[in-house]
Amino acid sequence: MFSGISFGAASLILLTLAGVAIFLTVEGIPGILADPSQVKSGERFLPYVWPLVFGTLLAAALALLIAVPIAIGVALFISHYAPRRLGATFGYIIDLLAAVPSVVYGAWGIAFLAGQMVPLFQWLEDHLGFIPLFAGPASTTGRTILTVSVVLALMILPIVTAICREIFLQTPRLHQEAALALGATRWEMARMAIFPYARSGIVSASMLGLGRALGETMAVAMVLSASGVVTFNLISSTNPSTIAANIALSFPEASGLSVNALIASGLVLFVITFGVNFVARAIVDRRKDFSGAN
Amino acid sequence: MTSTLEPTRPGRGGPDLHTRLSSRTLPSWTAPVLAGAGAVIVVGGLLLGLGLLRPLLLAWALQLALPVASRFVEGGRKATDRLVTVLVYSAFGLALLPLGSIIWTVVSKGVPVLSAEFFTYSMRNVVGEGGGIYHAIIGTLLITGAATVISVPIGLFTSIYLVEYGEGKRMARWIRFLVDVMTGIPSIVAGLFAYALFVLFFGEGVRMGIGGSVALSVLMIPVVVRSCEEMLKLVPNELREASYALGVPKWRTISKVVVPTALAGIVTGVTLAIARVIGETAPLLIVAGYTDSVNFNLFDGRMATLPVFAYTSIRNPGVPPEFSLDRAWGAALVLLIIVMLLNLVARLVSYLFSPKGEK
Repeated sequence: MFSGISFGAASLILLTLAGVAIFLTVEGIPGILADPSQVKSGERFLPYVWPLVFGTLLAAALALLIAVPIAIGVALFISHYAPRRLGATFGYIIDLLAAVPSVVYGAWGIAFLAGQMVPLFQWLEDHLGFIPLFAGPASTTGRTILTVSVVLALMILPIVTAICREIFLQTPRLHQEAALALGATRWEMARMAIFPYARSGIVSASMLGLGRALGETMAVAMVLSASGVVTFNLISSTNPSTIAANIALSFPEASGLSVNALIASGLVLFVITFGVNFVARAIVDRRKDFSGAN
Repeated sequence: MTSTLEPTRPGRGGPDLHTRLSSRTLPSWTAPVLAGAGAVIVVGGLLLGLGLLRPLLLAWALQLALPVASRFVEGGRKATDRLVTVLVYSAFGLALLPLGSIIWTVVSKGVPVLSAEFFTYSMRNVVGEGGGIYHAIIGTLLITGAATVISVPIGLFTSIYLVEYGEGKRMARWIRFLVDVMTGIPSIVAGLFAYALFVLFFGEGVRMGIGGSVALSVLMIPVVVRSCEEMLKLVPNELREASYALGVPKWRTISKVVVPTALAGIVTGVTLAIARVIGETAPLLIVAGYTDSVNFNLFDGRMATLPVFAYTSIRNPGVPPEFSLDRAWGAALVLLIIVMLLNLVARLVSYLFSPKGEK
């Protein structure tokens, strides 16, 4: 019987996952099929959801671009550069970044970061304005998609760091010592022994970070001043919104078919993040089988 | 990589090992002195009231003198190495800065708000000044508590299945994989799932505390499963075999030997899982909603929670906005303290109660 309970609990997890997909589909389909006149946005589903998908991908990609180099640096610092005794403590400190609730990130983003970013945006517009990304006009509140990406980068930094750190620590000692014995400097050792070994791990860590950034809600909802456009302009006051933020902002007041439309957009988000996580985990798992040989 | 050996010059005697094998190096005090100078600049800047950012940038730029000097004294390879060392240390510093800034912002804005009234009053009929977070604390405790009650048995039994029963089975492999994938479900999707589920039973526009618990459970179960699984795997097989040898059935072995041995780790894992979900805002905003009054009933109507309270206070501050924003910072501080405490408790439990051989 004990085995039965255990098996039941395990199956319940499969059921839940299937349930998430099924319930979202059942409640979402009326939203997808809804007539434009019946929903608040007054648009068909595809034109309604496309700017949101675009914003979601743009913000997450930017966050990844900022976070991954820093995360690799931090992970390398903890695993190979910091004094060995302090490494674990530094790891805990970085993990604290993951413990900060998202609503606190949002509040900090509005109250502190956005203000700090304004001079930077102004400078970018003045000096790099010829690049379409920084065409401006620069936002005076700082609540742009670039600010949001910085906040998102902070939020995904701990998970990317944690996975990179684990993999750097697993690098075979003999490879590292061989490199050092041949006269390599520490950086050359990292480049020749650690990075080739850790490459797939870094890729999957980044994808897990991407999954987090895609689904992060509150920080985006609070910081971004969104207006549902499709633009690559990162520093102006008109920004594309993201799926998650749009749901959080519209859901409390929504009614009727608008609710279904929002749930349908949630389904789109679920499919995207599920795909990203699925691939990332598959890479991690495949790697596990190989690394046993070392 | 380029070769570092110089060709041996003809016409000399035996190789002079001393000059041949060591090249010029910067004195070992260079790096600490530069770091010290940087620290002096930052502290000096703070004392002179120049703010933090500019002195910090200056101090950082100063560190780049090290690779530059190294380029001329020690050559390119060493210089690259030193440059990367500076960059790696900077990356860590760059990650610490926002953490410090977040904690400082929340503490400095939140502490003045904390008072006895703040913890014992709800927001019922409060306009402008006054009021508190009593209703939100109650809601957070109830909803998170219910989520824990749902998640821990499911998570624990799943991990028991994975470790004790499912070894090598295809089903177990798939469950383990999907649990990993499930950790990546966006919290707002979990909220929508709970809403879609409850709509089936209670009709459109449902808002309930227990819905929030269900949403949080979806986020919490995978975390509990993974940490419990790791802990159960650590239990030595000898213990199980000794128990079987005494004729104890499998289920009693698990409940009397395996789980008690792993208990400290399980408690740590569950505490960390609670810390992870207690700050979730989005799913609660969707399905638990927000109210100004105290609500003790998970199954009836809207319930306020700390994160949603902070969010709503910032989003709809009313006129004048200061009081509401102050309360938001107070709630954010309380939330941050709870999360940090939970993390601390988890570490303490795992440190104090882990089997002695492991330390």
